[in-house]
Amino acid sequence: MALVLNEEQVMLRDAAAGFLAEKATISHLRDLRDSGDERGFDAEVWREMIEMGWAGIAIPEAFGGLGYGYTGLGLVLEQAGRNLSASPLQSSVLVAATVIGELASASQKEALLPAIAAGETLVSLALQEAPHHAPLQCAMSASKTGDHFILGGTKLLVMDAPAADAFIVLARTSGAPGDDEGLSAFLLQAETEGLTVEPGKMVDSRAYGTLNLTDVKVSEDQLLGEIGQASKGLGHALDIINIGLASELLGLSAEAFERTAEYLKERKQFGRVIGSFQGLAHRAAELFAELELARSIVLQALQKIDEGEPDLALYASAAKAKLCEVAQRATNEAIQMHGGIGMTDEYEIGFFIKRARVVQHLFGDYNYHLDRFARQSGF
Amino acid sequence: MSDLEQFRQEVSAWLEQNCPESMRMPMSSFEDIFPGGRNPEMSDPDQKVWCDRMAERGWTVPHWPKEYGGGGLQKAEINVLREEMSRIGARPALTSFGISMLGPALLEFGNEEQKREHLPRIVRGEVRWCQGYSEPNAGSDLASLATAAEDKGDHYLINGQKIWTSYADKCDWIFCLVRTDNSGSKHEGISFVLFDMDQPGVTARPIKLISGSSPFCETFFDNAVADKSNLVGEEGKGWTIAKYLLTHEREMISGFGSAPKISVADMALEAIGADASGCLANSVLRQNIAQYQLDTMVFGATMARVGDEAKAGGGLGPASSIFKYYGTELNKRRNELNLAVLGESALGWEGEAYSEGRVSRDWLRSKGNSIEGGTSEIQLNIIAKRVLGLPDA
Repeated sequence: MALVLNEEQVMLRDAAAGFLAEKATISHLRDLRDSGDERGFDAEVWREMIEMGWAGIAIPEAFGGLGYGYTGLGLVLEQAGRNLSASPLQSSVLVAATVIGELASASQKEALLPAIAAGETLVSLALQEAPHHAPLQCAMSASKTGDHFILGGTKLLVMDAPAADAFIVLARTSGAPGDDEGLSAFLLQAETEGLTVEPGKMVDSRAYGTLNLTDVKVSEDQLLGEIGQASKGLGHALDIINIGLASELLGLSAEAFERTAEYLKERKQFGRVIGSFQGLAHRAAELFAELELARSIVLQALQKIDEGEPDLALYASAAKAKLCEVAQRATNEAIQMHGGIGMTDEYEIGFFIKRARVVQHLFGDYNYHLDRFARQSGF
Repeated sequence: MSDLEQFRQEVSAWLEQNCPESMRMPMSSFEDIFPGGRNPEMSDPDQKVWCDRMAERGWTVPHWPKEYGGGGLQKAEINVLREEMSRIGARPALTSFGISMLGPALLEFGNEEQKREHLPRIVRGEVRWCQGYSEPNAGSDLASLATAAEDKGDHYLINGQKIWTSYADKCDWIFCLVRTDNSGSKHEGISFVLFDMDQPGVTARPIKLISGSSPFCETFFDNAVADKSNLVGEEGKGWTIAKYLLTHEREMISGFGSAPKISVADMALEAIGADASGCLANSVLRQNIAQYQLDTMVFGATMARVGDEAKAGGGLGPASSIFKYYGTELNKRRNELNLAVLGESALGWEGEAYSEGRVSRDWLRSKGNSIEGGTSEIQLNIIAKRVLGLPDA
C-alpha cells in the first residue's frame, strides 16, 4: 500500500481537525480540570462524536461500525493529540473495542461491538497491576468455584474508569505471573458487587481509576473467548493499541513543535527574534527531521494493521518506541524554547508535556518497546 | 502480447547476447563499473565492451532523449530494462558525473548546440567529467567563490583554485563555477562554464584523505581557457544552476549508506554472542544497535513515503529536505557501530587478516559524508530557513 492517504482518509482527517479544534481544545480540557469534573471529558461533545460515528470508526460495518480501519481511527487520534481532546476515543474505541475484537467469540462481538459503536456503552480495559506495563505478569486470581469464578485483586490506571459502564478485567485462571498460558479476560459491569472504583486524575488531567475487586463473583458467560487463552489475542490487541497511541503522540508532538516554531519567530531578545539564533534554529530543524520520520513510521504501522501484517509486533514497537522518543524531545524542547512562560500554567504549552508522558507510559514506554523491538529483530 | 511484454522479450534476448559473462559477476566496489573518459581505469577490459554495447542503444542513459544519444525510453520501459538487467545480475554499464550531474543541468539550462555537443559523448562514456565547485575559502559558504573568469572576447581566461574536485586527475572536462563579475552581491556574477582539463593552464593534484584514498583533488587554473560557446545559461546567472545541481548531489550522497547487506545486529550476535534469553550479551551495545536499527527502519519508511507522495503527484515534500542530513548521520552511526561490534579486527589498516583495512577505511571515509555536498550544519540551516521559515541571523 502506498504511504499516502486516500481521498476518503483526507476528508476524515480534515473533518476531525475542524471539529476537535472547535469543540475539544486545550481550553476545554482546562475548564474540565478546573471545574473538578470527575469524568474528565465533556459528555455532550462525546455525544456529538458518537453521532459522527467515531465510536465505531475502526469497528467493521458488520458490527455497526464505520469500517474505516485503524488508519482511519489513527487519523482521528492524531487530531485528538493535536488538540489534547479529552474523550473516550482512547479508552473505549481504541483499547476496549480492539481487545473485544481480538478476544471475544462471534456472539459476544455481536452483543458488544454495536453497543460500543453506537456509544450506548463505554468499556475500559483493566490490565495493569504494578507501576510498569508487563501484561504477562498479571497476577489477579480468577478461581473456578462450581459454575462461576471468584476474582480478587487490584487494577491500576484504568482509563475513564469513573465514566465506564463496564470493564474488561484480565486475570489468571491458571499458571503463575510470567506464564503465557492461564490468562483470561472477563467482562464486568461497573455496578458489580465487590467491585469498587477509586477515581483519580493523572498528570494529564484525564480521569483514571483504581479497580478494587474483593470476592467478585463472575459467571462463565462473562469470559471473553477461551479460558486461559487470552495472551495471544491480548498481545495482538496491544500492538494495535500502541500504534493508535503512537498516532496520538504524533499529533501532540507536531502541535507542540509547530507552536514552538511560531514562538521562535515572535519572541525577541537582544534586539532580534530568537529563531535567528543557530543554537535554537538547529535544534528546531533536527526536531523537524525527527517529526517527519515519526510521521512515516506511524502511517506505515497503521497501514500494516489494516493489511493484516503477520509481524505487526515489530512495527508496533518501532512506532511506539520512536514516538515516545520524539514526543519526549518535542515536549521538552517546547518548554525550554518558550523559556519562563513555558513554565506557567496559564500558557498552554505545558499541557502537551503532561499528556505526552502519560501516553508514553500507557502499554509500554520507550524502554519497554525499544527492548521489544530488539527482541522482535532477533537480538 | 502487450508492447511492454514484447519490449521485455527483446531486452532479455539482447542482454543475453550482449552482456559479457564477467559483467554479470557481483561487484566488489564502484570501481568495477566503467567510469568513461580518455584514460579509464578498469579492473576488467570487458567493462568497456559492455559500455560500448549498451551505449550503442542509448541504454547507458536510458531516460535521455534519443536525439542526444540517450535511450529515449519511457518510465515503464526503463523499469523493464532495470528488472531484466538485475535478473541476470548485470552491473551498470557506465557511471559518471556526466550522467548524474552535468547531463541534467544541460538538459535544463543548456542551449541546443551544447546538448548536441556534450550529451552524446557522456552517453558513450567518451568524456569523463568532474565538478569544480568548492574553493579553499569557499566551502560551506560556496557563493563566496573567487576563481576569476576574464572576458577575452570569444573566450574566458580562468585563474584560481578549486578543491575537493572529485577525480580531477582522471577526468577530461570540468563543469566549473567561476566569477565573471565582482560588482554585485556574492550570488550574482557567478557563471557556469565547461572546459577541457587537458590544457597547459590546468593542474590537478590528488589529496590524500584520512582513509588513505585520494578521490579528491586540488585543481589549479593558471590562464586556463574556456570557449564562450561553453558558457551554460546566462553570464552571471550560474548560481541558479549550482543550486539545482547541489540538490541532485545531496540526493545521491544521502543514499550512500542505504541498505547494508548484513544487519549490524547479526554481526554483533556473531562477534559477541547472546545471553540465555537470546539477547545480545552486552546490553549497552544492544541498546545502541536497537536505536540505530529503529532509526534506519524509520528513515526507510520516510524515503518510501516521500517517493509515494511524489508518485501521487504531490512533488517532493518538505520531508525530502532531511534526507542528506539524516542519511549521512545514520551512515556515520553505522560505521561507528561496525567498530564497536568488530573490535580489534575493525581497526586494522593493512594485511590480509584485516581485508586491507576495509572496515577502518570505510569508517574514516564516512566522516566526509556529513561534510561533502553541504555539511550537516548547512542542511539544518536550510531546513530552519526554507522549511520552518525561521529568520536569518
